[in-house]
Amino acid sequence: MTLTPLNTSALPGVTDAVMNPAIRHRPADGFTTITLIIRRFDPETDQEPRWVDYDVDTLPTDRILDALHKIKWEQDGSLTFRRSCAHGVCGSDAMRINGRNRLACKTLVKDLDPTKPIYIEAIKGLPLEKDLVVDMEPFFASFRAVQPFLQSHTAPPEGRERLQSAADRARFDDTTKCILCAACTSSCPVFWTDGQYFGPAAIVNAHRFIFDSRDEEAEVRLDILNDKEGVWRCRTTFNCSEACPRGIQITKAISEVKAATIRRPDRIKIAVA
Amino acid sequence: MATTLPAPRTVGRRRNIEKYGWIYMRASGVVLVVLIFGHLFINLVAGQGVKQIDFAFIAGKYATPFWQVWDGLMLWLALIHGGNGMRTITNDYVSNPTANRLLKGAILVAVVLLILLGTLVITTFDPCPANAAPGTLPTFCSSIGR
Repeated sequence: MTLTPLNTSALPGVTDAVMNPAIRHRPADGFTTITLIIRRFDPETDQEPRWVDYDVDTLPTDRILDALHKIKWEQDGSLTFRRSCAHGVCGSDAMRINGRNRLACKTLVKDLDPTKPIYIEAIKGLPLEKDLVVDMEPFFASFRAVQPFLQSHTAPPEGRERLQSAADRARFDDTTKCILCAACTSSCPVFWTDGQYFGPAAIVNAHRFIFDSRDEEAEVRLDILNDKEGVWRCRTTFNCSEACPRGIQITKAISEVKAATIRRPDRIKIAVA
Repeated sequence: MATTLPAPRTVGRRRNIEKYGWIYMRASGVVLVVLIFGHLFINLVAGQGVKQIDFAFIAGKYATPFWQVWDGLMLWLALIHGGNGMRTITNDYVSNPTANRLLKGAILVAVVLLILLGTLVITTFDPCPANAAPGTLPTFCSSIGR
């Protein structure tokens, strides 16, 4: 049997673009082809992370998360990233998109420049595990260290909640919005070079209880953050405030914790451990 | 469900100077703005401007306690301010403990040395040294016979 050259004009439905890769791929109506350049790392094969580019057809209203899903589902199933709710609440998919920490599920294609490649990499400062996934444990360890839970020595009225005035509630309203996505902490240049620093997110969550009128252990948290690696490490570069997908005024919150630490009388403490 | 903690965790932490360092940077910064711009104005703008600066001009300034205190304050505040800033940068960027301590040691030595040297100059400065070239001394030196 002899092979004859394929006559494309004789095959209905087969376009030139399919048969001839030299002709550029044309996306369907309304879709644009965007290029994502993703910093990939497979610990089993790679010594160093490498940048890999993918072309994806997206609508302007698609989110970067949709584009990542398209790549994972249609082009390369090994692409690894975290996402849970996909609606900006769970804080799983913080990543560095075009050099800025954002949530992939809250970043629309039309808000970036789709004519240029979009660079995506894992958040910085935390150990890279695979592709866009980092080890969040150091981040959560700092969070736990500030005792982010209500502590009171008195019981609430029997069968009742602890009451709080609207003004007292408003005092720490901004810092209740944190979703622990680590966009702030991993945008902080101090944290990049000094992983011992508590980081903005831990201070935000300490702020949430320090200024809660129902809590009675503000002093303990101020002591914890008066550490060498505590609030004084902050250089007020405002990276955290810019990175926060919830719009929390993080640098302001850190300054309020600094001010609270200065205003209280200093207590000399001897190390126990 | 327990609603209270009978014995909440307490923490003991070593006292550190970071808080005082932070306060010092702000306080000295504010004072230094006044001192430095005052210094620049007096030296470079007022009178004949930059042309007036020579040995006699400096000697004239150091003959008055006002400028001795002004420059002394500027010396101490600025060097400690700068030294503390360098210490902070070292802590930020040098994670190797040996290199960190070496660099901070070098910064400390430089700051202490410069402060001592500067203070020595300000406090022991002789505006009318013997055997100086004629015409280079401040005018008041002639009145004390040099």
